[in-house]
Amino acid sequence: MTANATSAPVATSPASTAPAVERIRLRPGWITIAGKEFADHLLSVRLYVLLIVLGIAALIPLYFAAEQIRSVAANASITPAVFLYLFQLSPEGVPILRVDLWVGISAPLLGVAFAFDAVNGERHEGTLPRLLSQPIHRDDVINGKFAAGLAAISTALLAVVLVISGVGLLRLGIVPASSEIIRVALWLLTTILYVAFWLAFGLLLSVVIRRAATSALVAFGTWLFVAVPFFGPFLISFISGVLAPDDPNARHLIGQVLPSTLYSDISGVILNPTVQTTSRAVTTSQYLQAQSFFPDSALSVTQSLILIWPPIVVLFALTVGCFALAYVRFMRQEVRA
Amino acid sequence: MAAPTPSPSPATGERRVPRKGRLRQRERVQIPDDVGPIATRRLSKRYGDLVAVDNLELDVHAGEIFGLLGQNGAGKTTTILMLLGLTEPSAGVARVVGFDPTRNPLEVKRRVGYLPDNVGFYDGMTGRENLRYTARLNGITGSDAEARIDNVLEQVGMTDRADTRVDTYSRGMLQRLGIADALVKDPSVLILDEPTTAIDPIGVIEILGMLRTLVQERGLAILLSSHLLAQVQSVCDRVGIFAAGKLIGVGTVPELAAQFGEERGHIEVGFEGLERSQYAAIAKTLRSSAGVSEVHEPVRASEPFVLMTATREDTGTVREAVLAAAAAKGLRLSSIREVVPSLDDIYRRALHAKGLAGARGAAA
Repeated sequence: MTANATSAPVATSPASTAPAVERIRLRPGWITIAGKEFADHLLSVRLYVLLIVLGIAALIPLYFAAEQIRSVAANASITPAVFLYLFQLSPEGVPILRVDLWVGISAPLLGVAFAFDAVNGERHEGTLPRLLSQPIHRDDVINGKFAAGLAAISTALLAVVLVISGVGLLRLGIVPASSEIIRVALWLLTTILYVAFWLAFGLLLSVVIRRAATSALVAFGTWLFVAVPFFGPFLISFISGVLAPDDPNARHLIGQVLPSTLYSDISGVILNPTVQTTSRAVTTSQYLQAQSFFPDSALSVTQSLILIWPPIVVLFALTVGCFALAYVRFMRQEVRA
Repeated sequence: MAAPTPSPSPATGERRVPRKGRLRQRERVQIPDDVGPIATRRLSKRYGDLVAVDNLELDVHAGEIFGLLGQNGAGKTTTILMLLGLTEPSAGVARVVGFDPTRNPLEVKRRVGYLPDNVGFYDGMTGRENLRYTARLNGITGSDAEARIDNVLEQVGMTDRADTRVDTYSRGMLQRLGIADALVKDPSVLILDEPTTAIDPIGVIEILGMLRTLVQERGLAILLSSHLLAQVQSVCDRVGIFAAGKLIGVGTVPELAAQFGEERGHIEVGFEGLERSQYAAIAKTLRSSAGVSEVHEPVRASEPFVLMTATREDTGTVREAVLAAAAAKGLRLSSIREVVPSLDDIYRRALHAKGLAGARGAAA
């Protein structure tokens, strides 16, 4: 055994020499944990499910709608933002298989799938006390797991976007304008933010709920009622009906803080320059600003961004709030059950 | 997303969420610098009204194996978690390898190897990969890490199975891998929580022998907890008897026997080829020997006679007398031995002496 610079002198006279010992500069613990978790994700069944689900999003619409897009591409010179259309086309009669809608539905599920057992899984396996007895801060565990989940999903989403763009470029001959590239990049970033919210939510469940199976069920149920468009309105009606049955604005307000609504607004505006309003209330000045700068149909990237800035901020706040809650609960939890 | 990380405290850089409404009393208690690798003064942990650890004063010296013995729920694991800075004490202080684990948990965890109760590993990885992860978390990488991992695997006898997945391991192998895992960081103190639970007897002997070797080779101090008293009796230099969060007795096994053991001597005498009809006569003969206060006849043929003497000093003369009597009566002795009180007996008596029999604390 090679002598460890820190521990060898300590063994002989711990109290007097230890504080004077030169400290080894450790890589922050969360990076090591994130690295291990990311490697686990890359080998996990979950990632393959994720790639299949997102692959459906990418390839089926492209396959079925190839004809449709060719006819559009023929008029490319007069159709603005035809590249963005790649992300919004759906096969005839199956509107749900639109890339942006499909990602909006599946991304939350993938987010929670990578986090629902992050902490309670370690607890169940009996690895948590061993992990925490290593020289790392306790929050390194939760930070590292969050970073790893985000990295895995971002990688997958990036791959999907690149595949769609690649097919559009090579097979259909659609060349994006610079503003379209920026819009796609923004869409990717906001989608990652949306996934981050669900990741933080899954992490919270994994901290609060002791059994991984229970937290998976809760996560799935939440996803069903919040993220699936078919159930979403029911939930909004239900909450507004309970809280304020007589107030017509209540429905609207609840829709404004529901992450799925926020994301669909953001996604709709970013991918379609002709969309000038979100379904949610933007301040009047912002609305007029957007209108006055560009009286004709298409908005510039900056204008669209101004339009969706509020929902982005709300989504970011929800994400941070969720993560903070998980963080604080985890820091205060006993190591043992 | 960026976490709202609480600002690091200036002294240690440790991030910690402050607890509200907690009056820190531990500042009042001081521990001198010249204590051993583990020392606690008035260390206490309360969960609401339950007192898990009650004003614990514990000292573990360098180069010894110290056994913390107690029933489930006596507060052993809580104590260990406080020593590692994984649980905050309600009052009192601890000093581990020269640091306060509450204020400086990283320095402590860098130098202390810990085998948790029911240790677990990542199922999908091999034993070696699990150890590599631990090494990385300790800032040990590359060829240094590989050399250390090879070394500790050999030390615990797991080299052959190191490259198979952990989910194929038996409980005993997990336990041995757990010890290897605790050794990777080359600690100066090893804390083992119930290292022999759920292991077959031969595995227990192997593990305990291994611990002895580690102390000899590396000069480690080892603190181990157990509720299986007889098993650890053989390996511990000193033991502390723990009940209801209190340390009710500390010392070597003979010291504790003197303190809590039975005052009377206890001798077992076996004879060869006895008929049941002879028992009464033999018992009478034995009873007449000087110093014998009680004789119990065997219930089954295979059992010996049990003699109790008035004091423990009497046992020598009684053995002589028994030998002479047997020779005089033409009886064949098959065995004669003094029964030394086991740690189990000592433990039971210590609990009775302190009025704690049947008392159980809050946490295991």
